Amino acid sequence: MSKVYIALQDNDESRYIVEAIEESNPDSTVIHQPAMIRIEREGRLVIERAVVEEKMGRDWDVQELHINLITLGGNVDEDDDQFVLEWKQ
Amino acid sequence: MAAKKLNIKDKYRLLTRDLDWDFSYEDRKQAFPYEEFEGIKITDWNKWEDPFRLTMDSYWKYQAEKEKKLYAIFDAFSQNNGHLNVVDSRYVNALKLFLTGVSPLEYQAYQGFAHVGRQFGGVGARVACQMQSLDELRHVQTQIHAMSHYNKFFDGFQEFSHMHDRVWYLSVPRSFFCDARSAGPFEFMVAIGFSFEYVLTNLLFVPFMSGAAHNGDMATVTFGFSAQSDEARHMTLGLEVIKFLLEQHEDNVPIVQKWIDKWFWRGTRLLTIVAMMMDYMLPNKVMSWKEAWEVYFEEAGGALFKDLARYGIRMPKYAETIEKEKEHISHQAWWTFYTHGHAAGFHTWIPSDKELDWLSAQYPDTFDKYYRPLWELAKEQEAKGERFYTSGLPQLCQTCQIPMLFTEMDNPNQNSMRDSVFEDERYHFCSDGCKDIFDEEPEKYVQSWLPVHQIFQGNCGGPGVEDVLSDYYKMNVGVDNMDIKGSPDEKRWNEWKGIA
Ligand SMILES: [Fe+2]
Ligand SMILES: [Fe+2]
Ligand SMILES: [Zn+2]
Repeated sequence: MSKVYIALQDNDESRYIVEAIEESNPDSTVIHQPAMIRIEREGRLVIERAVVEEKMGRDWDVQELHINLITLGGNVDEDDDQFVLEWKQ
Repeated sequence: MAAKKLNIKDKYRLLTRDLDWDFSYEDRKQAFPYEEFEGIKITDWNKWEDPFRLTMDSYWKYQAEKEKKLYAIFDAFSQNNGHLNVVDSRYVNALKLFLTGVSPLEYQAYQGFAHVGRQFGGVGARVACQMQSLDELRHVQTQIHAMSHYNKFFDGFQEFSHMHDRVWYLSVPRSFFCDARSAGPFEFMVAIGFSFEYVLTNLLFVPFMSGAAHNGDMATVTFGFSAQSDEARHMTLGLEVIKFLLEQHEDNVPIVQKWIDKWFWRGTRLLTIVAMMMDYMLPNKVMSWKEAWEVYFEEAGGALFKDLARYGIRMPKYAETIEKEKEHISHQAWWTFYTHGHAAGFHTWIPSDKELDWLSAQYPDTFDKYYRPLWELAKEQEAKGERFYTSGLPQLCQTCQIPMLFTEMDNPNQNSMRDSVFEDERYHFCSDGCKDIFDEEPEKYVQSWLPVHQIFQGNCGGPGVEDVLSDYYKMNVGVDNMDIKGSPDEKRWNEWKGIA
């Protein structure tokens, strides 16, 4: 199984998103690089709106993710409640 | 009663798919005249999927937010003389290459996506391409804005767009995009949307921009990552196009594979410049080109091609050659620019001893054996006051337009040269990849505007190289070019920093 990955700008909003990713995907790897944070996981990674909202303490629209997104690898599926990255092989 | 808020899927259907119309009295084929001539078969555009389901209203909302953040930082950067925070004056030369070589490609991407955003028969694909077209226009604008601050303090930024259309090494990126834009709409999408955006731009915008942050350049990392925030959408569009074409008809598979082979080779050649920027032009190192290549091409690209195997798609042709090249190309390219430093629009230099040691450590199998001796020789010559510049003009590859600087990968002492005869003329290439691309479409590539040929034909002024540089390229000879040592850039930097 290959790794999916996502990279976010290293800023105050992303900090909560990364916390939420770690909570929703227990065995993901978080890599800090200058000005960015990269998160990898085997096969599949999910960002759940409810978990991000809990971390941020405010409403959060899944599409707000685009503001801090740098890059990703994997097939994307996005709806109102979650953002999924996945390799299907 | 308050209107019920639509969910993303319904909103996307209403604000995208529902904008299309049927052709009742006009011929649909005439409305989309480019859709069939490449041999691609589309049976049902309704099968098109857009995983982000972004609608125009949300698009404007989020893009406006990105712009506000970006310009707040640009303002702070220039109000606080942010250019003084970069690591040293050598670093700025990477930005000159970026502005002259890369930013104009954003403009070409804008043009290309505006074209396919009109020409595709499916409304979902059209809307996604139109958004990307607007993104790319934003990218070129924000890059010019960011660099305009550097232009006030450093040489070599002043004529970026004029130079892009003329200068010998800038014809490499320029012709890459011209090649894609003069192809049909589906080849353009495989070339730019898929090969370039999904795999190759990561190497340009992610490790290099992270490197900009590491070298104290707040403006560049900010425009870079702001552009990249659109890139995730572009990458996803590229991947959806490929999957869509492969699912529509089995006859599309060999056509798509041929384009993948062509454009991954074209793309890896183009990225030679980025390889050199990362290994030689960033004084503070984040990762070597080789490591970046392993993460973003071999690992990420490998996963992608494993995923596409279910459609009968294999790794791009020449993947084995490409794998070997990561050990060599940055060194071969910087040596070429160093020895042609009088004809470049930016400064070149010998890496410091600390940097040479870093290169030896990063490239244990090749650097000490093939490249370090060249730099030791250059150091000796410089110490004697005989900094070396070559006098000839390089021969260019007919396909990628890069000077014939590459070697055989299995024998790095041997220059790599190929040739083909077409209509009694002989054409030269840097590699098997470039020769194959030519042989497939010779009628296209015989028309290449090769800068060195053009100079010899007298189409770029002259008679001497210096006249071409100053009058035709609009370089300030003796100011923009030559070694960083003794340059006006270096002199000003030392004054600002109080270095004797
Ligand atoms: Fe762009
Ligand atoms: Fe893009
Ligand atoms: Zn070539």
